[in-house]
This record gives sequence, C-alpha cells and structure tokens, in this order.
Amino acid sequence: MSVNTRELPPGKLDEIQNYARADFTSDQTVRWCPGCGDYSILAQMQKLMPEICGNLGVPRENVVFVSGIGCSSRFPYYMNTYGFHSIHGRAPTFATGLKLARPELDIWVVTGDGDGLSIGGNHLIHCLRRNVDLTILLFNNRIYGLTKGQYSPTSELGKKTKSTPMGSVDRPINALCVALAAEATFVARTLDADTKHLQEVLLRAAEHRGSAFIEIFQNCNVFNDGAFASFAERAVRSERMMKLEDGKPMLYGKDHEKGLRLNGLTPEAVQLGNGVSEKDILVHDEGAESAIPAYLLAKLDEEDFPVPVGVFRAVERPTFENLLLEQVTEAQKKQTRSLEELFRSADTWTVS
Amino acid sequence: MAIETEASSVRDQSHVEDIENVIIRFAGDSGDGMQLTGSMFAHNSALVGNDISTLPDFPAEIRAPAGTLPGVSGFQLNFSSYEIMTPGDAPDVLVAMNPAALKVNLGDLVRGGLIILNDDTFRANNLKKAGYEKDPREDGSLAGYRVISLALTTLVQNAVKETGISHKMAARCKNMYALGVVFWLYDRPLDLTERVIEEKFGKKPEVAEANKKALLAGYNYADTTEVFTSQYRVGKAVLEPGTYRMIMGNEATALGFVTAAQLAQKTLFYGSYPITPASDILHELSKHKAFDVRTFQAEDELAAVGSVIGAAFGGALGVTGTSGPGLALKSEAIGLAVMTELPIVVIDVQRGGPSTGLPTKTEQADLLQVLFGRNGECPVAVVAPATPGDCFIMAVEAVRIAFKYMVPVVFMSDGYLANGAEPWKIPSLESLPTIEVTHLTDPEGFQPYKRDPETLARPWVVPGTPGMEHRIGGLEKEEVTGNVSYDPENHQKMIRLRAEKVSRIAESIPELEVEGDPEGDVLVLGWGSTYGAILTAVQRARDRGERVSSAHLRHLSPFPKNIETVLRSFKKVLVPEMNMGQLLLLLRGQFLIDAQGLNKVEGQPFKIREIEQKIEEML
Repeated sequence: MSVNTRELPPGKLDEIQNYARADFTSDQTVRWCPGCGDYSILAQMQKLMPEICGNLGVPRENVVFVSGIGCSSRFPYYMNTYGFHSIHGRAPTFATGLKLARPELDIWVVTGDGDGLSIGGNHLIHCLRRNVDLTILLFNNRIYGLTKGQYSPTSELGKKTKSTPMGSVDRPINALCVALAAEATFVARTLDADTKHLQEVLLRAAEHRGSAFIEIFQNCNVFNDGAFASFAERAVRSERMMKLEDGKPMLYGKDHEKGLRLNGLTPEAVQLGNGVSEKDILVHDEGAESAIPAYLLAKLDEEDFPVPVGVFRAVERPTFENLLLEQVTEAQKKQTRSLEELFRSADTWTVS
Repeated sequence: MAIETEASSVRDQSHVEDIENVIIRFAGDSGDGMQLTGSMFAHNSALVGNDISTLPDFPAEIRAPAGTLPGVSGFQLNFSSYEIMTPGDAPDVLVAMNPAALKVNLGDLVRGGLIILNDDTFRANNLKKAGYEKDPREDGSLAGYRVISLALTTLVQNAVKETGISHKMAARCKNMYALGVVFWLYDRPLDLTERVIEEKFGKKPEVAEANKKALLAGYNYADTTEVFTSQYRVGKAVLEPGTYRMIMGNEATALGFVTAAQLAQKTLFYGSYPITPASDILHELSKHKAFDVRTFQAEDELAAVGSVIGAAFGGALGVTGTSGPGLALKSEAIGLAVMTELPIVVIDVQRGGPSTGLPTKTEQADLLQVLFGRNGECPVAVVAPATPGDCFIMAVEAVRIAFKYMVPVVFMSDGYLANGAEPWKIPSLESLPTIEVTHLTDPEGFQPYKRDPETLARPWVVPGTPGMEHRIGGLEKEEVTGNVSYDPENHQKMIRLRAEKVSRIAESIPELEVEGDPEGDVLVLGWGSTYGAILTAVQRARDRGERVSSAHLRHLSPFPKNIETVLRSFKKVLVPEMNMGQLLLLLRGQFLIDAQGLNKVEGQPFKIREIEQKIEEML
C-alpha cells in the first residue's frame, strides 16, 4: 500500500499528512492498571499513527482496530479510529471478514497470549497462513490478567499461579514458532519497555502487505511482574537481547563482541576473537524464502542464548483478499448475465 | 433455456392410459447413483409439465459397505397432473437395485404396488448382507405386489458393450437402464434426459455415450418385451401461469441471498464452514462471484460467523450458513451481533440431533436453540421457509428485516427443504420487494446507539466514513452514546430495547393467514417444511366436511401480530412438528392455550396420513 496507489479526494493527502497524536486519542478513560506495559504500547501507537497514515496515505477513517477479549483487547476503545472489541479469541475472524468486504481498510488486530494462542489459536494460524493483509499485535505477558492471574499458554513450565499452586505442568507455546509454522509473511518481536524498538517494528509491520505478526513482550506488573526482566531490564539488555538487522551479522553485547554462529544445524553463542571473527557469525536474512532460519532464531533458549528481537521474517506473497477479489473481477469479466438470466439458468417451461 | 416438452416417441399411443399421480422411489446402494436417477426423473417430469415434489434420503456415509441396509440410498418423487404439496406418503412404484434396498423400502410401498428389481443382485451373499434368510422373491414376501424382475446388470453390460467401456463402468450404467424402463412405463421423452446425461458426463464422452445407450436400451427393452401390459401418462399440472424451473431448497436459498444483495446493492459476503446439509449453499454461492458474491470457507464455524459480523461491520450483506451443531458453535458470536446490533443472517439447515445426530436426515429441533440458545437475554428475528421455492422469498425477507431493524436474523430451513425440489415460478424483478439501506454519513449529532424512533434501529455507520469513528463491542453499551456502560439501569433499559426492537418487526410482516374458514373446530398450525403435509391433510379433512383450517408460520420471532386471535378462533389447536413440541411450548407458554402436539422425530418428514389421523382423533 502506498500513497500513489490510492485515490484520495483533493486536499485529503494534506489532511492525512497533518494528523497529530491527539487525532488518534479517544475520549475514553484508559482503565489498565497503573504501571501496565499496555500504556507504553498504546502511547507508541497513538504517536506513530500520524506517521503511518502519512506514509501510506491512509485516512484516519480507514483505520480499524479489532480485538478479542483480555486486558490487551480493550485497546480499540482508546484509539480514536473505528474499532471492534469482539469476543474471546476471534478477533482475526472479524478482521478477515472486514478486510474481505472492505480491502481498502487498514486493519489492526490486538490480541494477547491467552486470546491469540489459547482460545483463539486456530484463528491465528489460519489468518496467518492465508496472508490476509492485517497487522496482528500479540501482547504477550505470559499470564492471564483479566481473569486475575492464572497461567497462560506462554507461561514457563512450573509456573505457580492461582490455578496451578504446585506449578504448571504443560509446556509453553512459542508465539513466533506458531506464526512461522503458519508461514506468516511478516514475523517480528519487540517489547513494551524499549519504545524506540517498538516504534521501529510497528512501522515496519504497518508497511507490510499481508499478515504481519508482532509478538510484544509486555509486562503485567500486577500478576507477573518482571516476567521478562532477566533479559529486558535496561542494565542487561545489551548482553541478553539481540537486535536483528537485515543483512547484518547477529551480534550482541555491549560492544557487539558476541555473536551467533551455526555448528551444523545447532546454533552457538560465541565470543568474537580467539579465532572467531565476524565472518563466522550468522547474517540475518529476513527475506529468506524458507522460514527455517527464522524458526531457529525463534527457538533459541532464553536461558542459554540472547533473546532475539526485531523482524525475523519479511517476505512478499499475494494477499488473500487480493486473490479473492481477482476471482471476483475475473468472474465479472467472463459473465455479464442479469439476475433474471441467472434465475433462468436451468431448464425452464411455461405454463399459460 | 426453454425446452420443447412434446413426447419424442412416434409409437402407437393407444395403450397409454392417463393417470393423475404417481409416487416412485428409486433405491439402491450409495454407489448405485440413485440420487442422480431420481433427480433425472424429477427433471424430466417437471419439463413435461407435471407438478413434482421430491424426497432424497441418503446415508451419512459416503459409501457405506455395499449391499448392507445402512448403505441404502433412496430418492422418492411424486409427480402429478394436479397441484401437490409433498413427495407423497407411500410409493406406488419401487425400483430396488439390490436386496437391501428392497428390504429397507418394501414396507413403505402401497399394497399392490409395482416393484422393479435387479435380479442379478439377488445372490446368496447379498441376501445375507440384507438380512434375508430366504430369497424374498421366492418365499412369498412379495405376494400382493406386482414384481418385475430384470437382470439389469447383465442387460446393461450387453447393451453398452459396443462402446468399448470397461465391464465395471458398463455395470455402473444400470441405473440409467432402470430409468429407461420406467421412462417407457410413463411414456417419457428421452431427449430431455439424454441432454442432462451429456452435460453431466461432458468431460467423458464415452461414459456419456454408455449412459445414453443404457437409457435407450432400458426404454426399448420395456417397449419390445412387453414386461408391462400398458403405459401410463401423467398429464400437465394446472399451475399458475408463468415460467417455471425446478429448484431445490438450498439452491433457492442461495439465489435468494444473491437477489437480496442485488436489491440492496450490496456485496454479499458468505462465510461458512462445510456441514451437511448446508454445504450446497456455499457451493452454489461460490459460483456467483460475478454478482460480487464473496465466499469464504472459514477454518471453523466460529470463524465463519465472525467473518460475517466483520463484513457486516464493514457494510456488506453478511450471511453465514450451518446446521445445528454449527449453530451451537456460533452462539456466542450471534450474541455479539445482538449486542453490536449489526445486521447478519444465519442460515440453519436443520438436521437430526442432538450432537452429530442424523446428519443427512431432517428435523425441526433447533427452534428453541435458535430462540434461546445464547447467554443472556439475546433476542433475534427468526424466519422459516415453508417449501423449497419459498426459501428464495424468505431469504429476501430475512435480509429486509436484518437491514431495516439492524438485527441478526436466523433463517431456519431443514434437510427436507434443502434437498427437496419443486417447480418454481420464476419471479419477475418487479415483483420483488425493494430493500433500502442507508449508511449515515453526516457526523453532525451522530451517536452510535441513537435509534430510529420507528424501528429502534441504530445507525449503520461503516468504517471509512470520515468524522464518525467509533468503537463497538460485546460489553454492554450505554444507550445513545454506545460507550461501555456497567450502569444497572442502563443495562435493564438496553435489554428491553433490544427485545422491543425485535418485537417491532411485527409491524412490517404479514399477518398470519388462515387456509380455510377463519374459525372452526381444529386449527392445524405449523412452521417450516411441514407446510405441504399439513395443508394437504387439512384439505382432505375439509373435503370430508370437517371444520378444520390450517395456518403456517413463516415468521417465528416475532410472531405475526394476529396469532393469538387466530389461535383463539378455534376450539382446538394442533401443532405438528418434527421435534418434541418446541413451537408448542412457546404457544402454550406465551398464550396459555391448550394446544396439542403431533411430534415426529424419525428423521423423515410427516406423511399426510399421519396428520390426517391426528385431526380425526381430535374431532
């Protein structure tokens, strides 16, 4: 989607390019708990929207936020755009129908780890495999917040919560692995606390044509405070997180003195020097045809490896709505019969 | 395309006897092509001008074990020179392709009826599979029937040998051979059906050729061997003047929604997950993309209805279709459509339940689910077509209601309507109602839940409209503003408003019409596919001078305004339903009327006789 592909009435582009943050802030009081990571994501989104709309030539009235159920899913109420707070797990389905009916709309789906990966896991997979042109933000706080603190499908094994006093016994699911397995065309990860990185990733996702999936590590300071602290705390971030950049070697550490290399099919975290040079380090290729390298990164164990953030995968594929509409156009070109002709398209007889 | 319907044969017609009405049933293994054979006979009958009504009846298994009782597939056709309303109670003719088909269907045949058997299949192993200890042809089981036993498999193989088709393929043409035999019996033109065969097997000319040869050979066999003493002809039925075609319920449903979308100048978005017996609607609609029909085969029932609500939010005509089990899965989302007051249509092609139940059999047992099967006070509008052709009209009506009142509408069809066929008088576009839709675009004074004072509909403002950005969702809405509200009084008010909105639909629907005298001893009240059987049973009682009338509900929520007056104009009320008394419960509960039920849940439609008997009991 770009400015020159859409027809805007005279003066509209000017209006779009002059949007301010306030234009995207609704009159509703935000009701998340004080200190919730959602505030940061909301703030970045409101701040970025003028830029996104300006870049893409999308008028505000064409922006729609669709959500499911959960803390994150209150998001649409706070954006001064069209919005739909739907039912638990089903946001991708409403968004898909809306996009198929109105392909010119710029649709964002806001979901959480419970909404998107538990009750709505099926819809997420199918939305991504179809490559419907939507941007899906999955706020992952690894806990159920709105129902007051049960473990979620992304909670770590052994998680002690109200519903698992002796520790959870089911293994967590990895959001990015799910997205990659579904052949999502844009897969990224970022975190609430790093607002600059969050903005970069949101901008990239907004520009992607097709399903864009972003996992956002989001701190729930009430029920799961510090869930990401071991790598997301400012003090350890450079050592414990690795920012992926397309075409660049996967380096991390304060002075980029560490990197990731492959030993056969096994990734290794290595220190540069002592015979290890930058050319031994894996180079990130977000446009790789195969999703396997991205999957390998998504699977890196949090304990033993730096946690990768950034764009894991960005490839171009035809979008679902375009393919569907092409069929409609093709059918319309081939056939011009009227409704009455349609009624008569079987054998008929006349009674006089 | 218009068809010449004169009989093509140029034989001496002196042996042809005129009769008014025949009920024929084709029965065989699931793989014997009985549905195709029956449909071809129905098509031929419609084109020669008979009134027709069909009842396909097939197993849920694609290919149940050959030769067994559960594998029997049947197709009943009633064709007549007078107007008929049902596929008929008891067949006059049974074509049984194997012992199992004979066993399953014999009990339904009228005494003295004609049985045409495939002799070749009456072998020890087939008899055993059908549970026959002795050969029914020899042990007197068929005494009192006229039995024509033909070696169909052998005959057809000889007949099509020269086409060079394989032995196995040749044997598969035996249904066409049998059809040829009955075509001779009823003095039918072959060319109409030959053309259908060509279309059906167009991609395999040798198969088409073999089938046509089989049809002709069967016809000639009956002609030359004098297996029958005479031929019969059922004349043209006196139907209302007009141009007709044959139509099945699901087909009429699909055309109805295409038409409604065109009338409203809307994109038709159909989101659905395949389920018997609703899938044919998806198949049919997927062919009509040229009318800007966008079909979406969703990953599940929840996604299907979700996509439709999303499309409706975007301003399209959103329709989803399913059957009972799928409707259960859609319940939560339908509640969301009620809360967000978006117009969608949910088609429920009912089948036998509960659970997976009887997927290919008919039932009307979803009524209470449709009305009450959601959390909270969650009223929807409900319409129910009465005949296959009526599915068209009621589809348009469902859309009219949805758009006018901004409300989800459930369209309740069933397996019998879905797969049954009848002649359909093709409507002129002028005869169809207009469907007006307005999307508010003036931001001045706009409030998402500010209602139309007459209909109580909220404005339908679609994304893309500048200056009217707003949010909707499943949380309770504050009246007028549509903001989230947990206020107790507001909640009560909104619940009342949502109910009132549905009840106001009664202002724009026709009153309940009584067939027969407006008062009397018994009123037979029905809904949905029981229409034909009820009407015919009541007509018969009236012909005997009884003070009986009938009325049929095509709107079940809300009821027509005059329903109570109608009910109270009769001493007794009988409610035949293919469930355990669901409409009955509503009538008794709502009107405190001591109505009686006639309840059948056998997966089969009512026979006229069953309703007649009950009427007699009540008089």
